[in-house]
Amino acid sequence: MPLRAENVSYTYSEGTAYEMKALNDASLEIKDGEFLGLIGHTGSGKSTLIQLFNGLIRPSSGRVLFNGEDIWANGYDRRKLRFHVGLVFQYPDHQLFETTVLKDVCFGPKNKGLSDEEAKEAAIQALKHVRVSESYFEKSPFDLSGGQKRRVAIAGVLAMEPEVLILDEPTAGLDPKGRDEILDTLNEMQDTRGISVVLVSHSMEDVAKYVDRLIVMNRGEIFCDGAPKEVFRQYKELEQIGLSAPQITYLMHELKNRGMNVDENAITVEEAKKSVLDALREKR
Amino acid sequence: MIRDITIGQYYPADSLIHRLDPRTKIIGTLAYLVSLFIVNNWGYIVCTAYLAALILISKVPFKFMVKGLKALLVLLILTMAINMFLTPGRILFQWKFIHITEEGLESAGLMGLRLVYLILGASLLTLTTTPNKLTDGLERLLSPLKVFKVPVHEIAMMMSIALRFIPILLDETDKIMKAQSARGADFETGGIFKRIRAMVPLFVPLFVSAFRRANDLALAMEARCYHGGENRTQMKPLRYNRRDYIAYGIMAAALALVIVLRVILHW
Amino acid sequence: MSIIKAENVHYEYLSYDDDGKPAGTTTAVNGVSLDVEPGQFIGILGHNGSGKSTFAKHLNALLMPTEGTVWVEGSDTRDESRIWDIRQTAGMVFQNPDNQIIASVVEEDVGFGPENMGVPTEEIWERVDKALEVTGMTAYREHSPNRLSGGQKQRVAIAGVLAMKPKCIVLDEPTAMLDPAGRKEVLNALKALNKEEHITLIHITHYMNELTEADRIFVMDKGKIALFGTPREVFGQVEKMRELGMDVPQVTELAYELRKEGVDIREDILTADEMVEALCRSEQKM
Repeated sequence: MPLRAENVSYTYSEGTAYEMKALNDASLEIKDGEFLGLIGHTGSGKSTLIQLFNGLIRPSSGRVLFNGEDIWANGYDRRKLRFHVGLVFQYPDHQLFETTVLKDVCFGPKNKGLSDEEAKEAAIQALKHVRVSESYFEKSPFDLSGGQKRRVAIAGVLAMEPEVLILDEPTAGLDPKGRDEILDTLNEMQDTRGISVVLVSHSMEDVAKYVDRLIVMNRGEIFCDGAPKEVFRQYKELEQIGLSAPQITYLMHELKNRGMNVDENAITVEEAKKSVLDALREKR
Repeated sequence: MIRDITIGQYYPADSLIHRLDPRTKIIGTLAYLVSLFIVNNWGYIVCTAYLAALILISKVPFKFMVKGLKALLVLLILTMAINMFLTPGRILFQWKFIHITEEGLESAGLMGLRLVYLILGASLLTLTTTPNKLTDGLERLLSPLKVFKVPVHEIAMMMSIALRFIPILLDETDKIMKAQSARGADFETGGIFKRIRAMVPLFVPLFVSAFRRANDLALAMEARCYHGGENRTQMKPLRYNRRDYIAYGIMAAALALVIVLRVILHW
Repeated sequence: MSIIKAENVHYEYLSYDDDGKPAGTTTAVNGVSLDVEPGQFIGILGHNGSGKSTFAKHLNALLMPTEGTVWVEGSDTRDESRIWDIRQTAGMVFQNPDNQIIASVVEEDVGFGPENMGVPTEEIWERVDKALEVTGMTAYREHSPNRLSGGQKQRVAIAGVLAMKPKCIVLDEPTAMLDPAGRKEVLNALKALNKEEHITLIHITHYMNELTEADRIFVMDKGKIALFGTPREVFGQVEKMRELGMDVPQVTELAYELRKEGVDIREDILTADEMVEALCRSEQKM
């Protein structure tokens, strides 16, 4: 069990007029090698939670454990933790700074203490994993398109070879094609590298397609936690907190209500197609 | 955290001070700053009463103001230390080459007090005046300079935009720092050269972003028909009210009192 | 008279190599023609780099076509004497909410446009009041924009354009940086503007589901209009949309997949309800 939050709470600007409780007694465990989706409104606490996992902010109460060790215990090296738990922030523009793509990706591995050669090796591997072709290595990261910048930013963290990779809305602002490419890459990378991936997202459609486990957050608390199918089964509860299930979920439930023998738990177009076809053929 | 710096941030409230004309407040602040350097010993009581009354009327919570002071703590301590250690006089305490004198203690105390009052008074201006009003006020006060071809309107516009974007850029600095820390950047340890080098990954994205914002903003302003100060009307033109004349009266009286105390009574 | 008319618009710019020497010309817009009637809600879709934002900047005279012509209410955008009228007639809202709010107080920002236009003080106040009311931001008029959510900031930006009394508003990806709640907020404000204030909208986005109620959609690719029509006509072409890197609603995609399997179903389905009706009917037929 690599990463665990135990009853963590966090309050911003404590003691001021702008005090805001972002997390309230939340507990969560990220298991080895899982693809986890984290979904919720802005202000639901998801960004706070991932920063806690990375040791960037300190919980007001509760503990964050990595491999069973409290990351805020005396003498714990939180900078080292960040090489094991990689965090990619939303905007690549906040981290790209070097003159070339390759140099930029080397930044993390070098901070980790790798030699120039080793860092370069790790960077090339990471860039390959996120499908940035070699012709871009010597380009300036500022000349890239939005989608490519994301990839380079992800590679910048991946090159530190973390066991857990957390991504804060890696597809925000991308067009549909760019979004699909990034998500496919993440999926593939999770398979080949065997690492756990935590995907923070606003899109139910995206997470439905990719993740093994889905956590919905609401007002600083964990609202539900389970396989996407189980979570979307509670689509009415999701609506009450202002979220919605994928369009397919609504369709399948309505079809079921109308007496069609379909699987109401289908959540992707693929699954829905199969289920509807089966139901239609059955009739025949 | 950086975003907690409250010094100079406008505090919305409905108070007499908030409603005063910005020109009144700018002149008032200047008069107050001048009087701070005139007073000595007993004059501080007048200043304290004056400042306390202003803060009370302004409806800005005292706690909020004090938080702004925190950011300047280093400066405050430094000034006090210089005064304490470098003022010659009757020695109270000596250790190797460091000595503290009675006069040093006194002047450190007064200097500290003066600095605190100065910051509190100046921040009262920005706390009760929106940056836009502040620049409007400055623009009007400085408008005689237009005769000398000083681009007063442009300077005022630049200032108000700078004020609007400072919090945004501070917030952004915070985010970039976090993003780089997540890549193992170390901003906290090492010697001065290592630390300066560590700032590169922070400043490059910050400048790139600032330039992009400037570009976007210029375009947005152009799209909204901005073409300099010519033929421009104002939504909130400055007009003196009765309260402003009264405020000028009070200021003049206070300044006169301070001068009388110092010059004639030698307090 | 059409409010906006573009005829064979081209836009080329020089790109430079590392030494600052011209390396060649890039064609961002490559022959776009369109015609917008007053009161319409027009959607422009396209992936990043399709030229849609560059084209949008022509409608407000921020860019001039290198070839072809754009008319805003009959005025050629190249006519410098009309430039302020054009910018006032066709207002523009941009992508990043932070980078288009100039003042530090909401109402002062909304007043910025009218101030530039030389509107008398009293009338500025009337316009600001009205613009804030229409966008539902009256309660925030004295707030600092920094404490608002993304959706609220975009509504302030819309109010700022509205106070200039435009006939048409061009929105250049106003929702790209927002979360779903903010997106919905902005979209509702836009719909109200179109339906109640009869303002012509040209909404540029890459979220297709924001355009299901548009009168017409233009899909851009490589600087050209690759596809246009009503939402039904456009989304129904699932294969073509995919080629252009765009999404279609999940149920439209499902209808397309089912048709491929030989199910007799309309291809222009947009909502779950329509799909339910269509499927139940085809089930009865079987």
